Amino acid sequence: MAMSAQDIERFIKEGIPDASVEIRDLAGDGNHYAANVISPTFKGMNRVQQHQLVYAALKGRMGGELHALALQTSTPQE
Amino acid sequence: MATTHEQIDNEVKTNDIVLFMKGTADMPMCGFSGRTVQILQHLGVPFKDVNVLADEALRNGIKEYTNWPTIPQLYIKGEFVGGSDIVMEMFQSGELKKLLDEKGVA
Repeated sequence: MAMSAQDIERFIKEGIPDASVEIRDLAGDGNHYAANVISPTFKGMNRVQQHQLVYAALKGRMGGELHALALQTSTPQE
Repeated sequence: MATTHEQIDNEVKTNDIVLFMKGTADMPMCGFSGRTVQILQHLGVPFKDVNVLADEALRNGIKEYTNWPTIPQLYIKGEFVGGSDIVMEMFQSGELKKLLDEKGVA
């Protein structure tokens, strides 16, 4: 099942309120997205932990409903 | 008979570099897996490929093993490195090569 870019952004922001989220629809099919998430919360975390935090915000949808979400995370300073 | 968790643990701990992926290194069945294979081949490091599509228990088990919802998953010297996005980012920044050097597997 496809998810809209707005839904993805909303879920991530619900989970990580201080995040700035940018979503791109890579294929225009509502199924392949790229997300760039920047948040001060990521500070001190390695990449795996940062991605895990975003996946947690997506509450199990990643890997299921959301098959293809290319993810980039960073802190505001980077 | 080993449980799925034990089976995964064994693969991770007995191989220097192991990639849990969809399909095989010769025939990836997903773009993300294929991209990760290409990076490892480009770096010229030997790695073990484990096809999660061949075993449904493994396909689900690997997600629980590391609390990571997607495949592929790359492990170097027993340590989870990341999925295809992280591997790509680390490859482009040179960090992956550095990590392989540090772990003595390059």
